[in-house]
Amino acid sequence: MTHIVIGYPSFRESWALARGMVEAGVDLMELQIPFSEPMADGPVILAANQKALEAGASVPKCLEFARELAAQVPIPLLFMTYYNIPFKYGLARFAADAKSAGVAGAIVPDLPPEEAPEYLTAMRAQGLDPVLLLAPNTPDERMRSIAEQGSGLLYCVARKGVTGAKTDFSGDLGAYLGRARRASALPLAVGFGLKQSADVDFVRGKADVAVVGSESLRVLNESGLRAACDFIRSLTGAAPSSGH
Amino acid sequence: MQTFEELISAFEDAKRDPTFWAEYLRLVGSYSGRPTPLTFASSLTRHFAGAQIYVKREDLNHTGSHKANNVLGQGLLVQRMGKRRVIAETGAGQHGVATATMAAKFGFECTIYMGEVDVLRQRSNVFWMQRLGATVVPVRDGSRTLKDAINEAFRDWVTNMDSTHYVLGTACGPHPFPEMVRYFQSIIGQEARAQILEQTGKLPRRVYACVGGGSNALGIFNGFLDDSTELVGAEAGGAGLETGRHAARLASSDASVGVAQGYKTYFLQTPDGQMRETHSVAAGLDYVGVSPILAQLKESGRVRFEAATDREVVDALALTAKKEGLIPALESAHAFAQAFKEVASLPSTDTVIINQSGRGDKDIFTVADAFDDGEWKEFIRNKARGYGA
Repeated sequence: MTHIVIGYPSFRESWALARGMVEAGVDLMELQIPFSEPMADGPVILAANQKALEAGASVPKCLEFARELAAQVPIPLLFMTYYNIPFKYGLARFAADAKSAGVAGAIVPDLPPEEAPEYLTAMRAQGLDPVLLLAPNTPDERMRSIAEQGSGLLYCVARKGVTGAKTDFSGDLGAYLGRARRASALPLAVGFGLKQSADVDFVRGKADVAVVGSESLRVLNESGLRAACDFIRSLTGAAPSSGH
Repeated sequence: MQTFEELISAFEDAKRDPTFWAEYLRLVGSYSGRPTPLTFASSLTRHFAGAQIYVKREDLNHTGSHKANNVLGQGLLVQRMGKRRVIAETGAGQHGVATATMAAKFGFECTIYMGEVDVLRQRSNVFWMQRLGATVVPVRDGSRTLKDAINEAFRDWVTNMDSTHYVLGTACGPHPFPEMVRYFQSIIGQEARAQILEQTGKLPRRVYACVGGGSNALGIFNGFLDDSTELVGAEAGGAGLETGRHAARLASSDASVGVAQGYKTYFLQTPDGQMRETHSVAAGLDYVGVSPILAQLKESGRVRFEAATDREVVDALALTAKKEGLIPALESAHAFAQAFKEVASLPSTDTVIINQSGRGDKDIFTVADAFDDGEWKEFIRNKARGYGA
């Protein structure tokens, strides 16, 4: 799974990036609706949120972006955003409009499920997946309770902290993913700090989805769209398309 | 979540432990000069010829503001939790200086997050935080003010939660921070209520406090919640409510309910839910959200919220300095400004208390600009020439 910030660096370029990622073999994509206070995000995605907002990424425009993308790509899409966005839009209205745009669900990292009954109800009423998050220090019992309330997949945050920083892919992470596997039958996604093939290889067998977020945006910022798509292709192993 | 549970349990244990509050009183008494006085402002009272004006002197705390009350209390909790590192956000710099001071006293490692805009306008506080041994990190994201410093402190905390306590400076953020900050700041209201009864034999008609995040206001209001005293919160009116350039969440109709930075309250935000830029001459009031406890007190009608403009605030500071020899912080001067608009219409048999939450000498650069003081500017020019500029 990859991550884009809708409207970053511009709507046209985020569209091209999303299409390029699909061509590069991505099987699932997070579309971030930008927020002014992205507390779970590190510097790369934080800056992208700000730039997207400056470029005019309103919530209705983000929904429209998702609708057009969903109509053209064969993979499932998830919204990722912070709770104030659906809260202000109206939870039921957000879920209905997300459904009609064609996304499969949403990830809201600043919302503990205990405080989210209305959100969970609104999402389920539309048949959308509220994707919930686990952290390495989540106790087993709470993992089971979170897993029961979420659907689609369980997002395992690979380490404490924010997106984009370095993660130690080692034994501790394996043990944590083992606990998550025992707590739930949902597919497990692992994100935060995946930067290279070796990280994706580490996740293989222990979880079902490897999430690459900040790193592809970093490559995009440094080396451009084509390099970002080549980077994704190096992880998926997809053959280069004839267009390149 | 685990970190919140650890903090909630440490706070609840401390509240149940009768020795904890006694230890807290010893610490703030021996280190921060508590109890702070309640001063009768005789000249201001004569000037307005209305209600008798009393001033609660939180400016006399060590480090110059009420922030010490909360910081020293949280320092004791950090000791109980066995952590060795503290972090904090700061706007005006007062909370940062207070936290750096506490960390120096307790022997904790300390990092302070401060918006780059605030670093520029409060350089003297940055200087002192560094002398006290803290690392000051300028935050260059977003509006580069208090809200962005809070985001960055939370990012540090979720990364280093095992070793680190986040000394949140105001009654905002996720549970247990609003309750915990109010608990430590309630010392202001406890003292003020006893002092006004002792000095005047009756309760005040009104209590005025400035409202940024809301910690000094909740601290003094808490002592009078069950009384008939009217409680008035003064928010930052900035350039005027009609201009949109202000930080009045509860006194204007520009804010709406939202959920951000881990709590639900009134935020100054766009219809999409993006936080807006705020404006105030006082860095400590320049914030998009407000304590959820104050939001409840607004909804229940227990506290009235008003806004004082930058201009009114600077005038109030000038008058207070000349008449009483008191220099309120620009933040606190909002409470003075609001009281000055109202006291003349009250009878002289009434009393009011103004909470002077901090001292204003830290604001010398901002205040000198506001007064457009030519001799000060010449001094700065000379100083700059001396540094080879």
